[in-house]
Amino acid sequence: MSRSVENALDKALKGPAFEKRIKRRNLRDYLAKVGISVGGLGIIGAVLLIMFFLFYVVLPLFVPASIDKHHQFALPGGTAEKTLYYGIDEYQSSGVRFTNSGQMYGFDLEKALATSQEQLPLNGASITSFTVVNELQSLLAFGLSSGEMLIAKYGYKVSYPNNVKTITPEITYPFGEEPIEIANGSVDYLGVRTSDSEVRVVYKQKDSAQIEAKLFTKVESMLSDSITLEEDTSGSFVSNLKTKWLFLDSMGRNLYNINADGMIEYIDLTDVSEPALIETVSLVENDKPSTIHFLLGDYSLMVGTEKGQVLQWFPVRQADNTFKLQFIRSFDIGGGAITNIAIEKARKGFAVSNEAGEFHLMHSTAERDVGDMMIDAKGISAIAMAPRANGALVETNNGQLVQLMIENEHPDVSLSSLWGKVWYEGYEEPSYTWQSSSASSDFEPKFSLMPLTWGTIKAALYSMLFAVPIAILAAIYTAFFMDKQTRQWVKPSVEMIEALPTVILGFLAGLWLAPYMETHLPGFFSIFIIVPFGIILFGYGWTKLPKAIRQKVSVGRRAVLMIPVVIFLGWFAMQLSTPIENAFFEGDMRHWLTYSAGIDFDQRNAMVIGFAMGFALIPTIFSVAEDAIYNVPAYLVNGSLALGASGWQTLVGVVLPTASPGIFSAIMLGFGRGVGETMIVLMASGNTPLMETNIFEGMRTLAANLAVEMPEAEVASSHYRVLFLSGLVLFIFTFFFNTIAEVVRNRMRRKYGSL
Amino acid sequence: MKEWFKKGEHWIWMSSAMVALSVVLVFGLFGMIAYKGMVHFWPHTVYEYQVNNGTEIERVVGEHRDSKIKEVFDVKGQPPREVEQLLIKVGNRDVYGIDFRWISADDLVAAEPAIADNAVVIERYEYGNVYGWYKTLTVNGQTFTGDKLVLELEKQVDEGKRLHDEIKSIEKSDIGSINYKLEQLRLEEKKLKAEDEWNAEEEQRLASKRTELNKQFKELQAQTQVLYKEQATLGEVSMTISGGQALNVPIKNIVDYWQPNEMSMADKIGFFFHGMGRFLTEDPREANTEGGIFPAMIGTITMVLIMTILVTPMGVIAAVYMREYAKDGPVLRAVRISINNLAGVPSIVFGIFGLGFFVYILGGSIDELFYGYALPSPTFGTPGLLWASLTMALLTLPVVIVSTEEGLSRIPRSLREGGLALGATKIEVIQKIVLPMALPAIMTGLILAVARAAGEVAPLMLVGVVKLAPELPVDAIAPFVHLDRKFMHLGFHIYDVGFQSPNVEASQPLVYATSLLLVLIIVGLNLGAISIRNRLREKYKALEH
Repeated sequence: MSRSVENALDKALKGPAFEKRIKRRNLRDYLAKVGISVGGLGIIGAVLLIMFFLFYVVLPLFVPASIDKHHQFALPGGTAEKTLYYGIDEYQSSGVRFTNSGQMYGFDLEKALATSQEQLPLNGASITSFTVVNELQSLLAFGLSSGEMLIAKYGYKVSYPNNVKTITPEITYPFGEEPIEIANGSVDYLGVRTSDSEVRVVYKQKDSAQIEAKLFTKVESMLSDSITLEEDTSGSFVSNLKTKWLFLDSMGRNLYNINADGMIEYIDLTDVSEPALIETVSLVENDKPSTIHFLLGDYSLMVGTEKGQVLQWFPVRQADNTFKLQFIRSFDIGGGAITNIAIEKARKGFAVSNEAGEFHLMHSTAERDVGDMMIDAKGISAIAMAPRANGALVETNNGQLVQLMIENEHPDVSLSSLWGKVWYEGYEEPSYTWQSSSASSDFEPKFSLMPLTWGTIKAALYSMLFAVPIAILAAIYTAFFMDKQTRQWVKPSVEMIEALPTVILGFLAGLWLAPYMETHLPGFFSIFIIVPFGIILFGYGWTKLPKAIRQKVSVGRRAVLMIPVVIFLGWFAMQLSTPIENAFFEGDMRHWLTYSAGIDFDQRNAMVIGFAMGFALIPTIFSVAEDAIYNVPAYLVNGSLALGASGWQTLVGVVLPTASPGIFSAIMLGFGRGVGETMIVLMASGNTPLMETNIFEGMRTLAANLAVEMPEAEVASSHYRVLFLSGLVLFIFTFFFNTIAEVVRNRMRRKYGSL
Repeated sequence: MKEWFKKGEHWIWMSSAMVALSVVLVFGLFGMIAYKGMVHFWPHTVYEYQVNNGTEIERVVGEHRDSKIKEVFDVKGQPPREVEQLLIKVGNRDVYGIDFRWISADDLVAAEPAIADNAVVIERYEYGNVYGWYKTLTVNGQTFTGDKLVLELEKQVDEGKRLHDEIKSIEKSDIGSINYKLEQLRLEEKKLKAEDEWNAEEEQRLASKRTELNKQFKELQAQTQVLYKEQATLGEVSMTISGGQALNVPIKNIVDYWQPNEMSMADKIGFFFHGMGRFLTEDPREANTEGGIFPAMIGTITMVLIMTILVTPMGVIAAVYMREYAKDGPVLRAVRISINNLAGVPSIVFGIFGLGFFVYILGGSIDELFYGYALPSPTFGTPGLLWASLTMALLTLPVVIVSTEEGLSRIPRSLREGGLALGATKIEVIQKIVLPMALPAIMTGLILAVARAAGEVAPLMLVGVVKLAPELPVDAIAPFVHLDRKFMHLGFHIYDVGFQSPNVEASQPLVYATSLLLVLIIVGLNLGAISIRNRLREKYKALEH
């Protein structure tokens, strides 16, 4: 090496400049390492975040409610008077207490002090009965000892004295301040319901067996805005029970008369002039009711018993179109007799108190005990829920009023309501129902994931029925029999389906295949017979051809030969459609199915989904299965063939057992994809949440349901979270199947490595 | 025969037939989409049918679009008779009320329809097509008929198109830009007020800007008024339609007109390609059932590009980390399986994640931090381009990671060791040797990701796609790419027009054409990926020896 070169090298590899460069390079290397590690971990973390985020959104559904004592103060008005009713305003800033002496005490909940007192205009009479006419409209009715009835409505007046927002209770009388004369003698039991045009009143006197019913029509005064009531019709019913409770349902059509032992007379009051007894049953068994309250909607009776149970009853339509009272479900509270029941004003939740002085938050259809709190060992004399169910008032036996703050966002969802049958009000039997929204306001959302899961599995299974035989057989042939050149273009072209946007498949399935299938139904069924038979016949016929022709097409190229055959067979099957219809189905199979066979038929049904989604699943299954078969070591095959086995015998005896884990994972992957496919099902399944196995009916899948309802779901509502839960179910479902497939495939790879 | 079955020959035939069936299905489907999509652009012959409607014989003029067989039960208990039903596009919606009409072959006076000589089809901006014959053309009180009419009409329609384009350009870009600036001023005012910096000086400044913009706006409006007036003086052509009524078509409403029955083959081919061009460059009209798909195409491309920009660094860094830096072990294997599996997680799950996390949580926080002044109307706290791209990036991330990792693993160890032996640091080896060699694999991954993102619809429905976006997500107004805007998408366009449109029959050809375009894009991308992959394999085969 020449001197100058050495010098130059020395200069480059020694000295401060070199050191500096090395340092810089090492620093860069270090920084890159840190950067890439942090970035890489971050990205992997972000990807895995999806799973945790789904859990994070779903979790609040199953968290119990939190109940906190906010204030406690002496009962406004004192304990001498008995509480009839508590009202609370929407912001929980003020409340009002009605007592049996006709006093209305207003109090401030923020400052915990009494603010006002007002006397109802009773004209010197005393209150002998009380009923809530409409919980949501704050309409109350008082029965008086004078045989009169007073209907009052309480509300809140917002004023700004000294620029401070002040809410004061206010009472108005929608039918006049003057009590309405309804009976001779005192009104001891009262039920009142109003509708747009009329008011229905039932009452009973203590020493009489007669229940009187009256229908008033609302008459608007010509001069002022005031409304007065005019008696229209009346009727009476002779009761056999000694009344303890009298209830009139929300429509004013069902009347319940209950005695102290829990015997109930269920009376039809559709025609007020002729009340008719439907049945007399016992609400309780070896027990006695202690308190009874309607649930929201005034349809279900919630019966609290002395043994600490709450029983729900409501009338159910029978097969012969009559109604019978039906026991629906019970809640075990414990802690002695149930002393009070109060209801939520927007959901089917309720609160109960028992003798032990506990306060329990419950939900009826979710059958949940959402949360409880010990209030006072001496017992609780009254409870009331705030309008937004975010608070409650509890009156204790020792003269205290406790204000509770409640956080209870999702009492309406529980595992039993998501996955079990639920008996909803107005339904004839317990059912799995998905009905998340409706036009009417007093509607209870029904979140059963069963019909959606059912639909998902139904869609996936029907499409697997179509895809698996085709994909596996095609994979077997492509990997084992086909010659190289043909395989080179057949494999990518089948795999091309995977890239095809499913929205296009969905569109074709919904707008072209579904109507076509409806008119050519027998043709599609005949495919399943004609195509396999035709193929085998053709194959057998092939052996009878002269050798010269047969040798022109090798086994490896048979697929090309079969293309025109398959096209012909398909066409032929379609041509048979009309003759078959004429011969067996009176000319119209669809008509025949509906009217003669009694099978429901939707145009967009499981069969359309089977074909369309099955088609989309073919490449997934085909590709993985083909790889698995193709990778079976050649010496195994050669050994078998050398021992005299035929091609197919080698395949069945040697290749398939070796490749079976791979084929299994192919099927798992296909199923996973079928479960999550959205667009095809959304466009071609009709999206009705049914639970039928019928191939001619549609379904709604979890994925399609997400696409339909997610944009409309209110953030953080129960609906939103249940939708996320269904997304989580999908995620876990597919993750599970894919993991199985992946693990099996990895195992197989290792096994082949050792072979 | 028994021997034949015993050898399993029937199974071989069956399996070969299943391959044939798959191939037939694939190519049949592509063929069907291609045919139905392209036929949309072909000038259909206009036929004249004589229909007996019971009382009199009616002339129906239109294009034959579809036929189907209906079974008619003439005698009870007897097998039904098959009667062909013809779907005729009769157009003239403003006169007939409907574009399409089913005619039963039973009612036809003559089995074979007559070709309607000299029939003219006029495509309009509103109310769809007109089918009829020229009667007169009136321009400025002058009336033209015959050959003169054809010459004059061509001139006027060209002029009409020019005016239409000019008005659109002013209204869309110029006035649109002013509106955008006014909106920005309004937001600036809100912002200043929110930050308590609102004073007389600022008020003055904004007011003067506003007056300036309003002045410009007035000027532009005046310009368009002039153009509108010019449009009104273009005249109108009077057509005779079947049934003998006259239908006046103002020239300004004419998009295009042709006489399909008088066209030569060359004319038809020219018309075909012209139609395709218009389909790609025009805006949709009449609730997306007519016109082109330009905004949907732009929306798709923008979204995919932003997604690519996001997913490339993420995917490559994650793959380099997993392959070059992370310690191999059960944890890494579990992570690898998880990432593999994420590719199989339903896309709609990514959609709800995008909506719940990106839109509501991330977007909501961004709004609170930076756009608090605009609340309650959300800026980023609502579905939009950015969130759609991010969601898609997450959805396609596994594809890129898996593909890049595979590329990295194929690079022979010897090359890496050679680099290290020569004194290069690890990052230098990765940068100078490994990544360039893995580039084709990364490209394959990206192309597959783009193909998947272009075809995916379900998650986009939740995070930013709308049926009709008033503005494009990219335009000439700074910041040029509007990440907060909603956009249109080809796949969603198919879903929307095919299933939500009031006039399904009229829109079906358009859906097929859109499908064809989408299929072409995606198949093209996939073929590109396959060819890159094959070339890559060849390259490394050479290296291994």
